[in-house]
Amino acid sequence: MKKIEAIIKPFKLDDVKDALNQIGITGMTLTDVKGYGRQKGHREIYRGAEYMVDFIPKVKLGIIVPAEKADEVVETIISAARTGKIGDGKIFVLPVDDVIRVRTGETGNGAI
Amino acid sequence: MIDSGDTAFIMLSAAMVLLMTPALALFYAGMVRSKNVLGTILQSFVMIAVITFEWIYIGYTMSFGPDVNGLIGDLSMFALNGVGTAPSPTYATTIPQLVFMIYQCMFAVITPALITGAFAERVRFGPFILFSLLWTIVVYNPVCHWIWGGGWLADRGVLDFAGGLVVHLTSGAAAAAAVIVLGPRKGLGRDKFMPHNLPMTLLGTGLLWFGWFGFNGGSALAADGIAATAFVNTHVAGMAGLAMWVALEWVLYKQPTTLGAASGAIAGLATVTPAAGFISPHAAVVIGLLAGSACFAAVTYKNKVGFDDSLDVVGIHGLGGVIGTICLGIFASKAINPGGADGLLAGNASFLTTQVFGVVVVGVYAFVVSFVLLKIIDIICGGMRVSPEDETVGLDQAAHSENAYNM
Repeated sequence: MKKIEAIIKPFKLDDVKDALNQIGITGMTLTDVKGYGRQKGHREIYRGAEYMVDFIPKVKLGIIVPAEKADEVVETIISAARTGKIGDGKIFVLPVDDVIRVRTGETGNGAI
Repeated sequence: MIDSGDTAFIMLSAAMVLLMTPALALFYAGMVRSKNVLGTILQSFVMIAVITFEWIYIGYTMSFGPDVNGLIGDLSMFALNGVGTAPSPTYATTIPQLVFMIYQCMFAVITPALITGAFAERVRFGPFILFSLLWTIVVYNPVCHWIWGGGWLADRGVLDFAGGLVVHLTSGAAAAAAVIVLGPRKGLGRDKFMPHNLPMTLLGTGLLWFGWFGFNGGSALAADGIAATAFVNTHVAGMAGLAMWVALEWVLYKQPTTLGAASGAIAGLATVTPAAGFISPHAAVVIGLLAGSACFAAVTYKNKVGFDDSLDVVGIHGLGGVIGTICLGIFASKAINPGGADGLLAGNASFLTTQVFGVVVVGVYAFVVSFVLLKIIDIICGGMRVSPEDETVGLDQAAHSENAYNM
């Protein structure tokens, strides 16, 4: 199993969620995050005092999938979240040892 | 002879000016960081208690009691002795003196509250209360007497309709002294001092604007044509200040801002205050435009030199008081208010000189006395400032054991 962590632009969230639903992904975890990479922060001005705000709001999706499904999920997120401009985000793919459903105690792919 | 219309108008005006103190609290509190919201609000709000106490026992008689050598009122009206439902023989002779007293009380309350913007986010509550109380006694009451209580500046012909000198310049000069004595906030230039809640500041701005109709309109001390003039001039100067500040931002920074709109409105309202009942609406427009641009420039300059007048008391109220008082020397017209004066444009250059003299006297007096008072309190109280640790934690937790936002 794999965990796919995708940090994307907040306004692309609905597109990505719909696209993932289309390929049968039925659950995900969403976190509001702030960060920066190559896309630097933005400027804010208060009574003439300029501040550079480094951390930009993003959303982070967490999705657990069977290993063979991971590439398809990654491709789907890329095509739905891409604008072509700097700051589109990052996707991380991590190995997952096990998944346990709390209600039933099921483990492995069946618990996803 | 009591006039019921005048009495009703001034009682209502007094209530409107009272509202300006909590409005100022919100105006300021939106501009500080979220850890200092309640501390900032309380600094304004508590003035209602401290200064009303002071006012009914000694403030009113020092300001409006029988004159002693043009310098101060005597103490014959200590604790409101003789102040009742009959009109004063000297001031506002158509309303009960109690109404005049409580109306003036609201001005005394908001003036030290204005100063709190200068040392926002770093002053100790106890020394601050002591400062505000003593400051009202040694700065506000004497200056109020000199100009409105029949003192020596009034004799010289200095005019101040609703407090450009008495309220805005005294507080602005005290603010400058406070910034020098207390020093900048920890982390100035490194940390981001961004306003934590601008809608709160805008709510405060709206309530201040509303209250200002009572502040300036009521200063006619009657429901008459002069009140109408002041009422209209107040509104158009606030409007012009707002328009000017926003326009400048739009041109210089490519984007207009909400805080700029609030700042410009307050600059216009503060600047027209000394002139409100003495000038035409077109002069008020000019004053508002001038206020919007000059205060914008002053605040921008402050940011460049690192003078941490945190919420711009000097750049908006102090400068506004100066500009408005001098502009009155230019635009005043007896055709508008026969009880006023003719200014430079009406061919009377000497009145302009008189107004400049008033600005210098009040500015220097308020600055010097405030500076000395702050230094004395700083020494006897073991510091006006909170400890670096408390400053990091924030006033809400460190000084008041509260949180504004328990979410």
